[in-house]
Order: sequence, then structure tokens, then C-alpha cells
Amino acid sequence: MTVARFWRETPRRYNLGGNRCSACTTVYFPPRAVCPTCQKHRQSLGKMEPFTLSGDGEVFSFTLVHEAAEGFEMQVPYVLALIKTPEGPLLTGQIVDISLEEVHIGMRVRAAFRKLREDGRAGVIHYGYKFSPARENGGREAVASPVSQEALARAAARAQGTART
Amino acid sequence: MMEQTVGIVSYGAYVPRYRITPQEIGQVWGTDGAAMGKGLNVVRKSVPSPDEDTITISTEALRIALTRGRINPHDIGAIYVGSESHPYAVKPTATVVAQAVGATPYLTAADFEFACKAGTAAIQTCMGMVASRMITYGVAIGADTSQGAPGDALEYSASAGGAALVIGRENLIAEINATESFTTDTPDFWRREGQRYPSHGGRFTGEPAYFRHVGECGRRMMELAQTEPKDYQHVVFHQPNGKFPQRIGKSLGFSEAQMKYGLVTPWIGNTYSGAALIGLANVLDHAKGGDRVLVVGYGSGAGSDAFDVTVTDRIESYDRNHGRQVQEFLDGGVPLSYAMYAKYRGKIHLGGS
Amino acid sequence: MREVAILGIGQTKFGELWDRSFREIGIEAGFAALQEAKLSSQDIGALYLGNMASGSFIEQEHIAPLILDYAGLAGHHLPAIRVEAGGASGAVALHQAYLAVASGAHDFVVVGGAEKMTDVPEDVQTDIANASADQEWETVFGATLPSLWALVARRHMHDHGTRREDFARIPVMAHEMGSKNPLAHFRNKITLDQVLEGSPVADPLGVMDCAPASDGAAAVVLGPLEVARKYTDTPVRIAASQVACDTLALQHRKDVTTVEATVVAAKAAFQRAKKSPKDVQVAEIHDAYSISALMALEDLGFYAKGAAAKGLSDGEVAFGGKLSINTSGGLKAQGQPFGAVGVAQVAEIVRQLRGDAKDRQVSGAKLGLTHNLGGTGATSVVHLLERAN
Repeated sequence: MTVARFWRETPRRYNLGGNRCSACTTVYFPPRAVCPTCQKHRQSLGKMEPFTLSGDGEVFSFTLVHEAAEGFEMQVPYVLALIKTPEGPLLTGQIVDISLEEVHIGMRVRAAFRKLREDGRAGVIHYGYKFSPARENGGREAVASPVSQEALARAAARAQGTART
Repeated sequence: MMEQTVGIVSYGAYVPRYRITPQEIGQVWGTDGAAMGKGLNVVRKSVPSPDEDTITISTEALRIALTRGRINPHDIGAIYVGSESHPYAVKPTATVVAQAVGATPYLTAADFEFACKAGTAAIQTCMGMVASRMITYGVAIGADTSQGAPGDALEYSASAGGAALVIGRENLIAEINATESFTTDTPDFWRREGQRYPSHGGRFTGEPAYFRHVGECGRRMMELAQTEPKDYQHVVFHQPNGKFPQRIGKSLGFSEAQMKYGLVTPWIGNTYSGAALIGLANVLDHAKGGDRVLVVGYGSGAGSDAFDVTVTDRIESYDRNHGRQVQEFLDGGVPLSYAMYAKYRGKIHLGGS
Repeated sequence: MREVAILGIGQTKFGELWDRSFREIGIEAGFAALQEAKLSSQDIGALYLGNMASGSFIEQEHIAPLILDYAGLAGHHLPAIRVEAGGASGAVALHQAYLAVASGAHDFVVVGGAEKMTDVPEDVQTDIANASADQEWETVFGATLPSLWALVARRHMHDHGTRREDFARIPVMAHEMGSKNPLAHFRNKITLDQVLEGSPVADPLGVMDCAPASDGAAAVVLGPLEVARKYTDTPVRIAASQVACDTLALQHRKDVTTVEATVVAAKAAFQRAKKSPKDVQVAEIHDAYSISALMALEDLGFYAKGAAAKGLSDGEVAFGGKLSINTSGGLKAQGQPFGAVGVAQVAEIVRQLRGDAKDRQVSGAKLGLTHNLGGTGATSVVHLLERAN
């Protein structure tokens, strides 16, 4: 991907900048030049106003991807989801900091800022939104599960070569 | 003492989710990892996901800080990110962070590098700019995704994490009464341009480097502030492992209780430029109005920056419960095998690349 | 608009055709179709060629005149036009050709569909395929075509009670029919367990839920129905040819468990043909993913939303059942050379309506349907084909 092609979308990919039809108040992400649902959509030309999504959302559907998209190979398997935002738009994105057993339709998530991919070893690094489990007091869920005593014991046992998980 | 009152308006910390233990590392290299961990006082260290780096860690920490402090990003006049693991050799971390928190375009931004004390250097820069009224808010970030060469002693501690401080003149949750530095040319740890992993002087990193600089700087800070160790409720040292700060703390006359919240490395590892700032963030998570805090950072090469800080009553109404507190990072984490760690840290070379 | 008939069909073997180039397979299918139609080259008015991504697969654009040239027709200076609509490129090419003949602009038109996919490694094939999704707002965030269909599958299971094994039946049937098709990429039969236990691609979809990348080409020759008998004894009438589109990205659809483009195209097609779904005996349905075929059974009108699962488990949708689907083996077993798919589907229905399908023959096939999708359903094409008596 060329530098300019990614760069021009950074307000959207970094900060969820969408827009809203001033006639019918429907919110769009990514922003659109014309409102497709508004009855008077020809009149909405030039009347779309900037609108930034809050970053909140809930899982509408999800999958565990084993055969990665280009640039995502190191993260396999990763959770990809459709996220329903309270503002309306549905977004496609990864859910990070989660194990598959924890994901379910309806679970609350919040936008996170992560690396999307790199243009090879020497190229530009692309950043943007992903999602992670939401928490009650705003922000994102704590490091999902505490290190359990069992897990530490397993790690110790592995270290001594006495057990295999 | 500062003529113009400056201090911390808000703060946030971020540590990636994964953890690896010294035992797990040791079994790969035929070393007694448990003994190594005990010697370093490191129980586990954090490991970033493959999609995390200093830019994403800095952004997450700053986003928490801006929300907690209800700060309009456009009021930020400067963002300085201190790190020794900036994702680009040339191209600033700070511009991505500035864009990602919505602070662009009317601000200045730059990356700092001074081994592990680039973050505290950024605090000092922001203090000066805020005090001189060049800017309303300055953001100082210390963050790293540090790497030790496979099998090297550093591998047992080098981890990832960071914290962001918003420095300003008003609405302070902590006043910075004074700052002092101690700087010499001492080559204890370095990384040459183009090298993948840092090199170090082994035991030379101890007495002539860390202990001398932190000790001298801490002592001088207290002299200037006319304080004694007993005047502080909390003390935070740079913490390349869990042992060094305990030793220097003891020799300066601080108790375990004073060091309790400032010491985070045993549970997350050495976050380099993030270490002292995350320790300070943990202190602020627990502090009461009126608490006095001594912070002494250290960066190889070498130098120390010290800060004499007084927490204000405003901390009680400040929204420090928004987002994650440091304790959650210390308690939590998902254990990784060395194999997954090696993959996540890019230590495995893929075919063709 | 005049009535349009299919006068001849041609198709190469589908599969990994290591020893054959794009231009070779392209002209082989076209020659076979022309030969069937007993047409000479002077009769042809235009060539339409469905192809998704030759520029990416073989680094060759401008392929319509290339095929025209190697077919020996360059000297006639015919218009040769490439049509691209992702995985639906072949059916959209046919639609354009249909309009050209129906309007009277041309009398005889050759429609080809061709893709040469195996000249690039598998991971590159996948990346090229993903380009039919939204590269700026889907794949950039880690989506792949199978993962987008997996999101659809999960939501379909959630909203309509569909079970994993319901859509797993579709590849089993596809391989059963592929075993009877000498042109098919895969000729082996598979079991339901093999589908369920296939290595995961994007959960709940496994490798056996996904059609392969194949090389291959197919062609049909169209002409006015009123003169069709001069050129073939078994003309097949195009009773309807409908294309409908929707948002490119799945995330912008009203309901991800419905491909609305299919609903609209099918309704229009049945209306134009004055037929209903129950009149159809045989259908070639886009099973690039098992779930895409299950949903198509609903969206085409054969079943109400959520009811296709029962139709599949009850054996209503089965070879020789109430509705026979994918007698060619479908995309899953016959193969998936993107641009060729939509044309090959039509070729199979023509065989069925002529009674030429041998041991795949559906007895009493009078009305057949083809359904070809691009991406996650941003383009859907429905054709209804009828034996011309």
C-alpha cells in the first residue's frame, strides 16, 4: 500500500472520524459524500457534517481467523468481528487481548489503538483501531485473566521439563 | 524551587497483556531461571503483542490520561515521547501519538532518547515550557518495548509498558516542587545504530553507573528541597530489576513501606523509559492529598533526573478510577511460552524476509 | 427486446492446469462453444470476457483483445470487452452479452469466462481474492473473504438457529456430484465428518467449506431465439438475466444474514420469466463458501429465511430431490476459476436442459437457475434458463 493511500485515511483509522447527514441525522463510518438512506439524499450532497464515533460498541458477529490476511500472519489465530456502535454504524475489526472462549455476540468492546500492518521491514507502519473488551468504569478491560496459580505452576513445570501441557 | 507552580494535571499507564517468567526463559538457555528471577527480584515480565509497540503503548496511556483529566487535546502544546525503542529510526513516535489523541496540528512534538530516562527528561522539558507559559499543557511520555538479546541476562527483565503525564500550571493533582539532574559520560549500556539488541558493561552497570547516579542525584535533590527520607510517603526509583531500587533505597535511608507502590518491576519487568513513570503512576493511584513523593529516574550513558513532588487534595476528586490502574497490570496477565514469546518479539526469522 | 437463446457451450477442465496458459484455456472454451453452435467466425458480432483479476494473477491486462487475437478473430476487428465483477464476472459478462443480443445490437455473441489462478502461490491467490472485499475498510483490518463469510455464518446461526452441520452438507453434496463430472477440479467424495473436522480457516468455516482456487475457462454462444434452430437442435432460452448490487462492504448491509442483491435479482428474474421458485428443478448456486449457498437457497426464494437448513437436512435439496443443486459439483468440487464460474454454471444448466448431463442428469429438468456472487454479495446475478421447445 502506498504511503498516501493509507495516510489520507488516518483521521478515520486513528480516531473513528465519520460523518452525519444533517437532514436525517444518520451517522456514517467511514464518512460518505451523500446520505444513502435519507429520503432527500440529493439534498444531502454537501450537507454531511463531521461526526466522531465514541469508540464504544458490542460484538455483532465474530470469527477466529486461522488463514490470515496479508500482514496478519504473526497474529494467527486472531478474532475478527463486526462491531455494532451505539451511534449506528457497523465496523469490521479485530478484537485483541481476548481468548476465543470469552468472545460472544453482544459483548461490550471499546476501540484500542494498535499496529495494523507494516509495508515490509523497511516500509511505513500502519496504525488504526481494533477492539478489546470494555470495562465498567470506562476504558478497556483489565488484562483479561489474572495469572492463575495453575498457569504459573504449569509454566514452572514446563521450565523444569517435568510436564507438557 | 520553581517560581511558577507546575505539576501533574493527569496521568495514565499502559502495560501489554502477556507475561513470561524467568523460569520459562531459563529452561531455554540452560539457566536456573528461578534463581535468576530471585536474584533480579523479577517474578514475571510483560511482553507486547505483535501489534503493539512504543507508539501504541504511548497512545493508550495518553488516552487514559486525557479522559481522566477531561483535557481537550487541542490544549496540548507539546508532546515528547521518551523511548529507546521508537518504532522508526527516523520518523517521530510523537507525531503518531499526537494525531491519535486528536492533538494535531497546533503543537510541537519530538522524540527523546536517553536510555531509560528519556521519559523523565521529557517531564523536565515540559515543566520548563509550561512554567514559561510557552504552552498550556505539555505531555511527557516514557514508553518502551525493550529487547534483550536471546540468552542475554537482559532477556530476563526487558519488558514493555509506558506512562503518560500531562504537565500544566492549574488543576494539579501533584505539584512538582523541584527537579535536579546528575549527568556524566558513563558507557554502561548502549545500542549502536543498526544493531538489533543493546550491549552492556555487565557488572559495570551497577556501582559506577546506576548506584552512583541515582544515589548522587537523590541525595542532591533532598539537599536542595531541604528534605529527609522521612519527609516522603513514597519514593520511586528507576528499576531495571527489582533489586537495584531496593538497594539504593535502603542506602539512601528509605524503608520498604515508602518503596511499596513505586516498585513495579517485579511484576511487569523493566519497562525502561516507562519504569519510573509507571512506578509514579502506581503511587498516584494510591496517594492521598499531602503525600510527598521522591522520584529518581536513571538512564544509561548516564544520568539521573530527580523530582520532589507533593500530591494535592485534588487527587481525591480526580477520576483516577477511569481506565486501568497500575495494580491491575501488576496482578494480571496471560502467561506465554518462550516459543510464543520468541514469535511475538520477532526473534524468529520468517523465510524469505 | 427479442428473445435470446444459448446456441453452444464449451468448457475446459477445471483444476491446477500447470501446463496451460491463460490464452490457451480461454480459446479452448470459446472454440468448443462455437463448434457446437455451427457458427463461422464471420457471424460473430462481439466477444464478452468475464475475468476478475488477470492483472494480479498473470500480470496481464487488456485480455479481451488478447483472447480475440488467439482465437484468430483479430482480423475481423470485433469489439472484445472484458467484464469485471469479482467472483460474478462471468455471469455479468453473460448479462452484458444477453443485452447486446436482446437489443438487436448484435446477432451472435461469444461470452467467455476465464481465470488462471495457479501461476501465483496460494497466499497470493488469497490476497487477490480478498480484493473483492473492501480493501480500505475490511481487509486492512484483517478481514479475508472466508472470514467475512464466517461472520455471516455466525450471525445466521445466532439469528436463525442454523447449525454448523446444516451448511456442512453442501460441500458433501458438491463432492458427490463432482465425482461424476470429468471436468471437475475435485473428483473425490467427502463425508460430513470430513467437513466438520476440516482444518479451520475462519471459524466456523473450515477448509472443506471453502471452494478452491482453480484454473479454467467456459464459454457460451448467444443468438436470437427466432433463428436458433438453424444453429443447434437444442437451443436453450434465457428466460431472465438479472444483475443486482449492494454495498461493497459487508458492514454496510442492512442485514448480514440476507444477500439482498440476490433477493432483488431473483424476484426480478422470476417476475420477468413469469415463473416461481417451485418451477425450478435444477440450480447452480454460488457455493464459494458453504454458508453462501445455504443463504442463497433462502434469498433466491426456495426457502423462507432460516428454513433452508431444514430443506437440506430433510433431503429436499439433493440430487434427484425436489431441487437438485450444483450437479456440476459447484464451485466447491467443480472448481472456482473466478471469472469462469458464472459462465460454467450456465453451461451445466444447458447440459441439464438438453438432457446431456449423463449420470448427473436431473430427470425432467425444464427450468434451471444460476446464481453467481461477487465478494460477500455486493454483486448477485440470477439467470433463468428454459428448454426452448
